Amino acid sequence: MRTLKFLLIKEFKQIFRNKALLPMIFALPIIQLLIIPLAADYEIKNINIAVVDHDHSGYAADLIAKITASGYFRLLDYSDSFESAYRQMEADEADLILEIPQDFEKELVITGQQKVFIAVNAINGVKGSLGSNYLNNIISDFNQGITAELMQASSAGPMKKIEITSLNWYNPYLNYQVFMVPGILVLLVTMVGAYMCSLNIVKEKEVGTIEQINVTPIRKHHYILGKLIPFWIIGMFLFTVGFFVIARLVYGIIPLGNLFVLYGFLALYLIAMLGFGLLISTYSQTQQQAMSVVFFFMMIFVLMSGLFTSIDSMPDWAQLVAYCNPATYFIEVMRMVVLKGSQLSDIRLHFAVVTGFALLFNSWAIINYRKTS
Amino acid sequence: MSREVVIHTNQLTKQFGDFTAVDAISFDVYKGEIFGFLGANGAGKTTAMRMLCGLSTPTSGEARIAGYDVYRETEKIKMHIGYMSQKFSLYEDLTVGENIRFFGGIYGLSDQALKEKSRSLIDSLGLKKHQNSLVASLPLGWKQKLAFSVAVIHEPSIVFLDEPTGGVDPITRRQFWDLIYDAVDRGITVFVTTHYMDEAEYCNRISMMVDGVIAAMDSPGNLKVQFNAASMDDVFYDLARAAKRS
Repeated sequence: MRTLKFLLIKEFKQIFRNKALLPMIFALPIIQLLIIPLAADYEIKNINIAVVDHDHSGYAADLIAKITASGYFRLLDYSDSFESAYRQMEADEADLILEIPQDFEKELVITGQQKVFIAVNAINGVKGSLGSNYLNNIISDFNQGITAELMQASSAGPMKKIEITSLNWYNPYLNYQVFMVPGILVLLVTMVGAYMCSLNIVKEKEVGTIEQINVTPIRKHHYILGKLIPFWIIGMFLFTVGFFVIARLVYGIIPLGNLFVLYGFLALYLIAMLGFGLLISTYSQTQQQAMSVVFFFMMIFVLMSGLFTSIDSMPDWAQLVAYCNPATYFIEVMRMVVLKGSQLSDIRLHFAVVTGFALLFNSWAIINYRKTS
Repeated sequence: MSREVVIHTNQLTKQFGDFTAVDAISFDVYKGEIFGFLGANGAGKTTAMRMLCGLSTPTSGEARIAGYDVYRETEKIKMHIGYMSQKFSLYEDLTVGENIRFFGGIYGLSDQALKEKSRSLIDSLGLKKHQNSLVASLPLGWKQKLAFSVAVIHEPSIVFLDEPTGGVDPITRRQFWDLIYDAVDRGITVFVTTHYMDEAEYCNRISMMVDGVIAAMDSPGNLKVQFNAASMDDVFYDLARAAKRS
């Protein structure tokens, strides 16, 4: 225990004296937490639409007004030539083209039927498909309005229709930030674990001080604990700042679930990630090596964790990778506990899996860490 | 001689793949001796020393350090030795005082002993004004003297010094050797590698390594007679010229 005390004193002094590392530990995560959620927003706005109007009637004008009033579209071009609209799309300026045929109003009133043409620029698939969906909804809404109007005019019987109303649970306004911020917090503690811990140990290898440690009677587990505990504390601290300061004050996210459950999981997850960093450090001789290896895994942790894209829509092999990724479990737990208020019993499996990761990484690292070569 | 043997090796060998870095060396070092371990770069000195310190496991042969076996009792060996590597290996981002307290602490010195040791060390090294400066800011010679003092802070039976005075000016080297003599007076055995032949003269006995084997071993005086040489420099040239490896 006495040895551990001396190791911890040394480690904290070094961390707080490191002028390059300190801002990285404290400022970067906070900045990231402020910026990334704004960029990782899937709500599509500002869809550029080019309207080709061959009719110039009152109905056509009503339809266009309805589209621009929806807030999703920006009327980029209004003309009566399809050529001109198409050129806009070729130049990648227009996302959608809406073509209103000649005699739009006349046909609609006489026959009750009319066709409009929508062309979609599908290069940005999400924007294109969501845009055409929005447009379809607006047109069908417009359509109903007109039908109702015409029917009233001809005083026919009431129109039969089924209307669907939906209610969004847990994130009622479909706010992407509410969805993203808890996940991004997970990434931040993952980085602390994997990067800080592995770089710190490999630095001692590079400078040669680890050799001085290896000729002392320090026990392996004391040395390793001396490295893990400081970063564990920093990880807990960072999460707390991110969670109670940024997530609450900036994004207004107030956790619904039990904080003890959340922190219990965080504590365990940090042990797993620190073990991962430790493991990498036992295989690396230089900080560059450790950096590249951790970077490789960080990419997988970030992109295959269900943070940005749904795991259910990944191909089978990718789902397998995602479920071998510790970050996946913590992101799920964060979203479940914070947004849904899930209980300990709902995340038992997650606890079990992360305990497994913690045991695996740490015991592998301890076996692989040698004082004698 | 009936003196106490503190380092005993017999046919000690280390191979890396098919390269034999240290080839069946056998020697004894006695308590209180200054044992010089000489040889050209790449002769296998550092590898041999790392085996004796328990940093590297031998391929074959036997060795006992302070009575402990290098295969099975490396952690016990580490209680009884001090080691100063070629690379400066104190923490540059800790102060002089912090380094002393850290290494003293992990060797199990009590708070009381730590306090006294820090004070006497800082006094004798003349580092009073610098005890709160980062080690990184000290000149090399001071760093090396500090590193030596830290390596013997727990009064080990043996201290291993791997080229401790490389790049250090002659005056500081002289002071460094004063520290070594002080340690010997306290009963510490000194095992030292060096490339400076004047330093070789300070040793009680010398072994010369060439191509992983010990080519000669005796006191500096006897070696000069044996090789009919005027100085240790000439002995070194005579032996090292025969090397095929470097």
